[in-house]
Amino acid sequence: MTIFAVIVSRLSKAILTLLAIAILNFFLIHAAPGDPAVVLAGEAGAADEQMIEQLRERFGLDQPMYVQLGKYVAGIVQLDLGYSFRQGAPVVDLIADRLPATLLLTLTAFVVSLALGIAFGVAAAARVGKPSDTALTTMALLFYATPLYWLALMAVLVFSVWFGWLPGFGYETVGANYTGLERVLDIGRHLILPAMTLGLFFTAVYMRMARASMLEVSQLDFVKTAKAKGLSDAVIRRRHILRNAILPVVTLAGLQAGQLVGGAVLTETVFAWPGIGRLMFESLAARDYNTILGVFLVSAAMVILFNIVTDIVYRIVDPRIGARS
Amino acid sequence: MWKRFRSNMGAMIGVVMLVAVIVIALIAPLLFPDGPWQMVQRPFLAPFAVDGLPLGTDTLGRNVAAQLAYGAQVSLLVGLVSTLVALLIGVPLGALAGFYGGYADEGAMRFTEFFQTIPNFALAIVLVAIFEPTLFSITLAIAIVSWPPVARLVRAEVMSVRAREFVDAARLAGLSKPRILIQQVLPNTVSPIIVMASLMVATAILLESSLSFLGLGDPNAMSWGYMIGAARTVIRTSWWLSFFPGIAIVITVLALNLIGEGLNDAFNPHLSRKGKA
Repeated sequence: MTIFAVIVSRLSKAILTLLAIAILNFFLIHAAPGDPAVVLAGEAGAADEQMIEQLRERFGLDQPMYVQLGKYVAGIVQLDLGYSFRQGAPVVDLIADRLPATLLLTLTAFVVSLALGIAFGVAAAARVGKPSDTALTTMALLFYATPLYWLALMAVLVFSVWFGWLPGFGYETVGANYTGLERVLDIGRHLILPAMTLGLFFTAVYMRMARASMLEVSQLDFVKTAKAKGLSDAVIRRRHILRNAILPVVTLAGLQAGQLVGGAVLTETVFAWPGIGRLMFESLAARDYNTILGVFLVSAAMVILFNIVTDIVYRIVDPRIGARS
Repeated sequence: MWKRFRSNMGAMIGVVMLVAVIVIALIAPLLFPDGPWQMVQRPFLAPFAVDGLPLGTDTLGRNVAAQLAYGAQVSLLVGLVSTLVALLIGVPLGALAGFYGGYADEGAMRFTEFFQTIPNFALAIVLVAIFEPTLFSITLAIAIVSWPPVARLVRAEVMSVRAREFVDAARLAGLSKPRILIQQVLPNTVSPIIVMASLMVATAILLESSLSFLGLGDPNAMSWGYMIGAARTVIRTSWWLSFFPGIAIVITVLALNLIGEGLNDAFNPHLSRKGKA
């Protein structure tokens, strides 16, 4: 398949998946205890009788299910994710406002944790069985068992409250009105703790994968051949093992993007980072179901898009993938 | 097999830690007969400030040690039950897909793929938020987001076992297809399922604690995630309120992961420790 054909097939599959999620959302609203109109309006009494009547009419809640479903899905196709009565704004606008912060956080965490994870994993594999390998593996095991939000809280406590090194709250210094480079640096300083705590768990995950993959590839025949040719261990590791071992790690890492988005909800909540995860958390307390479901749909779209991009990148990087399928 | 497991130091450390947590969960009502919600002293007492309250009191003057003990019950219960439910969904689905192949396989795998694409924590949040947080809805939500890997694993295992000679022999002996699947094929897929299940309990405990941290815990059940969530706003003054429950989670999850890896090594001796991270 050419790259173009791959993109078309992946995109059409992605659209089908998103449609299925929209349908799932629809049924969830109806499965929720209580009147769907009240659910849509936000249960905590944000809407009066008149508003609920309007909602009923707009979504045709007095009509058969399939008509309602059609209306709901048609709305989503037109990027209408409903209205947040709690925040007094369309859900699409709320999400669009918050999306850049989430993208900044998740992409930074992804890149940093992938780079660190691979570096540590390769280092551990090269010293397999030695104390430094054991130390790295134990660390990974520990971070793998640590709740992300707790690590974030502890990071705030140590680096922000006790030492005062880094800001532990928000996206930029409120009221400082920095511009240009100063603003970028300010945001960067605010980004360090959230990105690090979100990234540490995934660093542990990627490190375990990278180590296992390096060890697996080093058992293969072509490595013996390279050894027989008299190449040094370092050269074999860099040129022969690493190149073959990294690809599955990056593939698996791409598949884990969904978890990264889930982790962002927790990290953003702890650091008051103004992204869609924080938006979801705020909507939970307010029972703002439109916004919760909207964030859910958008985060799924983010994950799918991310998977497509990684898939295409591999096909370009490693022509064998295209040839196999 | 048990010999190999017992000689694995990490796994044995895991067993000791897990047994400790289980015992604490079981004897919680004996240790703290007043339950975790009772106000016992003034709020915000530091650890060891008052005799009999080694971990201090929380924002409402409740005994943190009692909360931790009762929290263990919730974590273990939700972790275990949600994993069982996930197995109940994933094993039959994967087994049917792998054994019968064809359209059944195609359909089951599309369904599984769909659930794997959705960010699972976000789905769990949505489910619990919509169906109101109760132990039942939390357990079910965790099961719903956890079964896809089970289905894929069982499918792959069943496909490889199905091709073996003893299955042909069973067919020649006149056994019906469902009987072959249940009596001959499935028993041979048990060990990887056990390994995966022990790791899933760990993940489920993390998920449950994350949900209750966000305020999506059962309001009638004391849980570690809830404790951390409630202490979040007072972290600057009372760090121990969020510190101890976190340690409890790390210990429990770490124990389960160690046991899972130990079982994996014990079931697959030929892979040895070298090949596995």
